[in-house]
Amino acid sequence: MIELLSTDRCIGCDRCVDVCPTDVFDRVPGAVPVIARQGDCQTCFLCEAWCPVDALWVAAERTPLPAPPAEADVALGSYRAALGWGQGRTPGARIAIGPPLIHEPGDPPGPPLV
Amino acid sequence: MIGVLELDTDVLVAGGGPAGTWAALRAADAGADVVLVDKGWCGASGATAASGTSVWYVEPDAEARETAMASREGLGGYLSDRGWMARVLDETYAGVNELADRGRYPFPRDDEGREIRRGVQGPEYMRRMRTLVRRAGVRILDHSPLTGLLTTSDGVVAGAAGTRRQEGVDYRVRAGAVVLATGGCAFGSGALGCDVDTGDGALAAAEVGAHLSGMEFSNAYAIAPAHSTVTKTAYYSYASFYRADGTVLEGAGSTRGRSVIARTLLDEPVLCRLDHAGPAEQVAMRRGQPNFFLPFDRAGIDPFRDLFEITLVAEGTVRGTGGIALAGTDCATGVPGLYAAGDAASREDICGGFTGGGSHNAAWALSSGSWAGRAAAAHAHAHGRPFPTTGAGPVPSGRTPARDVVAAVQAEVLPYDINLIRHGDRLRPALERLDGVWDTVRAGLDGGSWRVREATAMTAVARWMYTAALAREESRGMHKREDRPGTDPAWQRRIAVGGLDDVWFRTPSSVELPYRRAPLDAASPA
Repeated sequence: MIELLSTDRCIGCDRCVDVCPTDVFDRVPGAVPVIARQGDCQTCFLCEAWCPVDALWVAAERTPLPAPPAEADVALGSYRAALGWGQGRTPGARIAIGPPLIHEPGDPPGPPLV
Repeated sequence: MIGVLELDTDVLVAGGGPAGTWAALRAADAGADVVLVDKGWCGASGATAASGTSVWYVEPDAEARETAMASREGLGGYLSDRGWMARVLDETYAGVNELADRGRYPFPRDDEGREIRRGVQGPEYMRRMRTLVRRAGVRILDHSPLTGLLTTSDGVVAGAAGTRRQEGVDYRVRAGAVVLATGGCAFGSGALGCDVDTGDGALAAAEVGAHLSGMEFSNAYAIAPAHSTVTKTAYYSYASFYRADGTVLEGAGSTRGRSVIARTLLDEPVLCRLDHAGPAEQVAMRRGQPNFFLPFDRAGIDPFRDLFEITLVAEGTVRGTGGIALAGTDCATGVPGLYAAGDAASREDICGGFTGGGSHNAAWALSSGSWAGRAAAAHAHAHGRPFPTTGAGPVPSGRTPARDVVAAVQAEVLPYDINLIRHGDRLRPALERLDGVWDTVRAGLDGGSWRVREATAMTAVARWMYTAALAREESRGMHKREDRPGTDPAWQRRIAVGGLDDVWFRTPSSVELPYRRAPLDAASPA
């Protein structure tokens, strides 16, 4: 679930408010957005992917952590980097060639089941 | 509420995932004025955007196409149709090539520099689709869940109503045709990206007289690390599965052995390790599906060395094949002015009773979206924009919290021993309890219009699902009944379900249905 919104990094573009498919963030007039409905977070990591300044952190857990981690303890921006999104990066899609997928005995040949 | 947003358009598309964006793009290309409404944000909503998917993209080579079509017919229980498959292969091939050229999608290249177009990364794909749709002039209303369809007094669909979550304003869009591309129903199970997929389109369609097909094939379950939402099962073909004491769980596997995992999970934890992946495969996995590793990296787990606990997460009709029944090759529903596409529609035509996720679903979303969008545009041009007279009323409200209804539905549809490992003696009482939940729904729910609609839709979908599961007195495709093991040739036919207060099912004879292939025919190449 979404755990961190770095107020130091955030530039107040409100893109997370726009892109979050479950409407977790709220705009705040004159300030950076806030995590308003953490319980609605579906842990899809897309806010992180779209944040232009790597100010967001989504923990892997489906339920809230007892306390948010410290900024220094998490790799802010690591998912965006893995997707190759951001200035000067090669889009991850350009190199996204997964391994051959093993099929179990009796399975018909076919495209990989991703 | 501060008034109502009123819009007027040729085509309204509900849903902004792959099917919805292709529908909107094709309708706009055909000259239609198009409005697209999405419960979340077109570009980030739904199962695809959060994920990555292979695509059933096959070169137009007769032998390759024949192999592709034959490969899944058996798994699907021979309920699919070669005519539809061939059309989907054609449309998908053209659409993916267009994504590369017009959408500038950065496909990877093979050693000889040729683009490999058999898969897409979800965030990149849907980012490009949003851009394409906007460039085509489509008006997008994000964070705007659908709450119902508008109709004329003759029952012709004439638009849709909903609410704009972030503005607190309801909307009414008068339209010449409507495409439902709202996704499947995952019952709020937590499957990756699927919280928006609650069956809203199926409910809206049923309310205006459409029916559903294949709803018994709605019990897909994906493997995920127990603490996470990342339901990406494909890489688990490199896994071994273990009991808590470290002994190997015999018979467990990512595809055929999934029921062994489910049975074990009923009593004890199941652990896993991707121990069949060598160094080269490990690197390729990270490139192929970066999101697969988020739950591991962020929890300090090395999935290739450490044992980690897994679970099975219900994906309902998202990776099932059931949905709104289609009445024609243009994705019409049989209700004038209403079309359905993607996971909202039945995928039996190309998958029968089984999909493994990705691939066929992605091809279906692109193809059915394209057909529905073109047909909706043509319908609107031919018939204009009818004046809606019904369906504009407020969503009834009452006292029971909508979330309580969702929990009650989940208690019937998520457990492995009711939905995945099926038996009439467990399905029947579950359906009776769901009928009781429906009575609660009809008494009115509290929680806001669109949350009430979600709870209502999940209840309706669950009842259709178990009605069809009880009707199909055999095992076929993903529908496996302990009390009806084995496939019965007499049941090589589809089951239609519908109705809200009174749920019904029909089992038309196979003669009346478009598919005609028997297992023996399918085994011999054309």
